[in-house]
Amino acid sequence: MPIGDSIPLTGIRWDDVLFLGLAAVLLVSALLVVTMRDIIRCGLAMIVSFASLAGIYVMLGNPLIAAAQVLVYIGAISVLVLFAIMLTQTKNAPNRLVFQTQTWAAALAAVVLAVLILAAILATTWPAAGERLWTATSDVAHLLFRDYVLPFEVVSVLLTAAVVGAVYLARREPSSREEDQS
Amino acid sequence: MSNSLDSYLILSGLLFAIGTFGFLARRNAISMLMSIELMLNAANLTVLAFGAFVAPLKTHAAVIALLVIAVAAAEATVGLAIIIAIFRNKKTPLVDEYDTMRD
Repeated sequence: MPIGDSIPLTGIRWDDVLFLGLAAVLLVSALLVVTMRDIIRCGLAMIVSFASLAGIYVMLGNPLIAAAQVLVYIGAISVLVLFAIMLTQTKNAPNRLVFQTQTWAAALAAVVLAVLILAAILATTWPAAGERLWTATSDVAHLLFRDYVLPFEVVSVLLTAAVVGAVYLARREPSSREEDQS
Repeated sequence: MSNSLDSYLILSGLLFAIGTFGFLARRNAISMLMSIELMLNAANLTVLAFGAFVAPLKTHAAVIALLVIAVAAAEATVGLAIIIAIFRNKKTPLVDEYDTMRD
């Protein structure tokens, strides 16, 4: 049985319900990331926010970017962050002060920033279509490997350099091991 | 609502503001990095929203978003390595205790 465009009797579109649900999950989990005391839970809430953002990317007609979001953010960056949390966890860390002393100033700055962004968005008439366009993955591939091939290669070099630099920074000092042995 | 560019832009603006608050207010260096990830995601959402509603930008937005995701991965790798290296020396992940240069 086919499902219609909108919920029967109420006339609310399924798209809007999906968008509102994903947006609510995204904003609530993002707020949890910046406010919770336990930093491990912050990392887990960050995974939830990345997943709901991948859902919104699908709604925007970009399944390729949604898949990249799941693979790179949920699969790689979240695991990296959780590893770093476990490497830098001290026993008394969750009991100590989570926020800086100037939190009220930070909250004020964030609220002012949000109001400015919202005012700028609502005051502008965007030259936008009233429909979401679906992005074909083959078009993206053609563009990426034809017109954007130089940035693509530069990014691959950047990733290699970043990994080499990270290994160099995070490895233990070789001198301390020699001291242990002697 | 899901067919208007404004709602997606408002969503990404709110997400960016939340990330700004976390970056300014948290004491833990890893929390600050997570807030930066939220802000990068908000910027990516803006790019893709414009791509989905403005026809000439459609595929370009997807390519730009892919490149942004790759650069964000590089940034997270180096940032976390730096935090781990500092943690080895100072034994704390809290940024307001990194005050060696004050003495």
